[in-house]
Amino acid sequence: IMPFGNTHNKLKMNYSSEQEYPDLSKHNNHMAKVLTPEMYANLRDKETPSGFTLDDVIQTGVDNPGHPFIMTVGCVAGDEETYEVFKDLMDPVIEDRHGGYKPSDKHKTDLNADNLQGGDDLDPNYVLSSRVRTGRSIRGFCLPPHCSRGERRAIENLSIESLDSLDGDLKGKYYALKNMTDEEQQQLIDDHFLFDKPVSPLLLASGMARDWPDGRGIWHNDNKTFLVWVNEEDHLRVISMQKGGNMREVFTRFCTGLTKIESLFKDRGHEFMWNEHLGYVLTCPSNLGTGLRAGVHVKLPNVSKHEKFGEILKKLRLQKRGTGGVDTAAVGGVFDISNADRLGFSEVELVQMVVDGVNLLVDMEKRLEGGDSIDDLMPEQK
Amino acid sequence: MASSFSRILSSKRNIGILSLVGGSATVGFLLHRDHVSAGSPVRRRYPASAEYPDLRKHNNCMASNLTPAIYAKLCDKATPNGYTLDQAIQTGVDNPGHPFIKTVGLVAGDEESYEVFAELLDPVIKERHNGYDPRNMKHPTDLDASKIQSGQFDERYVLSSRVRTGRSIRGLSLPPACTRAERREVERVVVDALAGLKGDLTGKYYSLTQMTEKEQQQLIDDHFLFDKPVSPLLTCAGMARDWPDARGIWHNNEKTFLIWVNEEDHTRVISMEKGGNMKRVFERFCRGLKEVEHLIQEKGWEFMWNERLGYILTCPSNLGTGLRAGVHVKLPLLSKDARFSKILDHLRLQKRGTGGVDTAAVGGVFDISNLDRLGQSEVQLVQTVVDGVNYLIECEKRLERGQDIKVPPPLKQFK
Repeated sequence: IMPFGNTHNKLKMNYSSEQEYPDLSKHNNHMAKVLTPEMYANLRDKETPSGFTLDDVIQTGVDNPGHPFIMTVGCVAGDEETYEVFKDLMDPVIEDRHGGYKPSDKHKTDLNADNLQGGDDLDPNYVLSSRVRTGRSIRGFCLPPHCSRGERRAIENLSIESLDSLDGDLKGKYYALKNMTDEEQQQLIDDHFLFDKPVSPLLLASGMARDWPDGRGIWHNDNKTFLVWVNEEDHLRVISMQKGGNMREVFTRFCTGLTKIESLFKDRGHEFMWNEHLGYVLTCPSNLGTGLRAGVHVKLPNVSKHEKFGEILKKLRLQKRGTGGVDTAAVGGVFDISNADRLGFSEVELVQMVVDGVNLLVDMEKRLEGGDSIDDLMPEQK
Repeated sequence: MASSFSRILSSKRNIGILSLVGGSATVGFLLHRDHVSAGSPVRRRYPASAEYPDLRKHNNCMASNLTPAIYAKLCDKATPNGYTLDQAIQTGVDNPGHPFIKTVGLVAGDEESYEVFAELLDPVIKERHNGYDPRNMKHPTDLDASKIQSGQFDERYVLSSRVRTGRSIRGLSLPPACTRAERREVERVVVDALAGLKGDLTGKYYSLTQMTEKEQQQLIDDHFLFDKPVSPLLTCAGMARDWPDARGIWHNNEKTFLIWVNEEDHTRVISMEKGGNMKRVFERFCRGLKEVEHLIQEKGWEFMWNERLGYILTCPSNLGTGLRAGVHVKLPLLSKDARFSKILDHLRLQKRGTGGVDTAAVGGVFDISNLDRLGQSEVQLVQTVVDGVNYLIECEKRLERGQDIKVPPPLKQFK
């Protein structure tokens, strides 16, 4: 049951649609661009089978008008059915956010790491670390904005059971946020594994932080190269990482691990939320499709100062972040470079773009170090 | 406009647990059904024991009183508007509290919350309001300011005087639960009424969504402007939704009577002035409140009030009078005396810094106000503040003269 407001009942139907329509005049997010008064009127009496309503979907976007330069999504899903019941809103949001992805488009899933070409030799003098992350939702359970404590705990229990069955180099241990010792907590912080209660108003306004830290935890393998977050922004966030530039190894472990986890869940009668059109279904529409962000921490002090840096990244379909992740600044010329897309390209395709793109950026860096031009290296639009 | 709060709506608990082996067919089924009813949501249901919050690290009034048995009894109930127990306690689950400060840990979404969830709310009220038992006690309301004695303080010590309370409009949901339309209706009803105030109460409304930069700066300079809540106690309860829609500030031209619309309550009403004339501040307070009440009644509305709980507000801590009468007073010597806290306690007073709750005192100037809200009338509480502050000033003067002071005997709780 949604913690905020009477959005789950018919109280608001006592008022007209005009009286309830949010004031979006100062807003700049995908939801606000799309949600006309007419659309609001058509959708406002609908609910998903679990009771998630339009007002629940859009609350985060109403509460966070956005930034003039950064376009946030402004809506979330409370369950798998949200994307269907509210498709009149979600489809155009998805189309706008995912580069023109149409309601009739099909998304290709490819988790066969053998299909990746190269990727095992990104220059470790420049590429400090490689990482691939995605998310998974367990079908039949409500998503973090909407789940009850009972559901969240059930997701945690299922996850622990499944992850505990992993073996070989994936064998590991679960650390529940509310039970960890000070020592364990410090180790997880030192390993940069620990996630904290969300502070971003984008997440808080959607109700994802309710009941913190109940039902939340971190699992990682003994080698510290495969990490799963439970009940943070999604049911599961799955991360494969290691120092250096062997993205191929990172991606192989990622695919192997994900496939194993999926089958362990299936053994227990559960599967991941997935469909042909949207791929893997996650809480935020921005993470649909692959939900995949493959990235490196790479030293690009010269390239990053080049006037065409932004353009190059755009052509390569890559994005830059600071090394603290989204919303941080680059330190010492070290950037987090990752794929910009999530939906409409397969996992293999996206990782390939990162591998090829980073190789090119490192070549450019070496050229500029030597005082040479990079004009002949300029890429075509991918 | 009173709803019938004896109606307790039990939401239908759908017994059918979705079984999801081999899901794509099930998903197809779900995706193709019609999804319009609120009466029978299809959703995984867990027993109350699986939903009961983990309160082992918590220290708030809700956590102290919400036993698994009470949770099980109330968890599938809803007020007629659809507000549930989980919604009411969310803020207390999300904010375990401080080892030294005991917060309330729950809010009301509407007037009926106090009835439907009485089994939890009554013991919370009793704990928070020092033994006031809503089951068998009555709360006195008295807004006759003429009864106040010695309400003029020594202005060498008292810098300013202020009385505040809140009022809720019966029939509209409270800030944690209201829809946008309800909130806008609260604004309309209140602003409409305030436009009818005359004489020294004539004033103007400044909507948060529409004020000019100049107006905003003036309101900041006057210390009138309230900002979007940042305290997680409030944000977790959902009070900041849709900010700043339908929020605003009204004040009279003389800047001595101020009303906040749709902040933590439907309305917060504040009477204040520089100096020590608490009697006049309270007189204006009572007059203004009565005038506003009269004006909304003309349009068919009324305030939420009952004999058991007095004026109904969002937070159980503000029930009864919802009244905080206080002064900014210079007590540099007394505040350093080891007996200061005990003196305040016996006088039924509390201290805060001059920035309000959760701030520190600056330059020996304290905000001193009444501790109690429920079980005593407005007149009684303001008199308590008047008598108490006069006593504190006497102590300060004695310390200035090198004389000793005495801790007064403790005041009786309920008169």
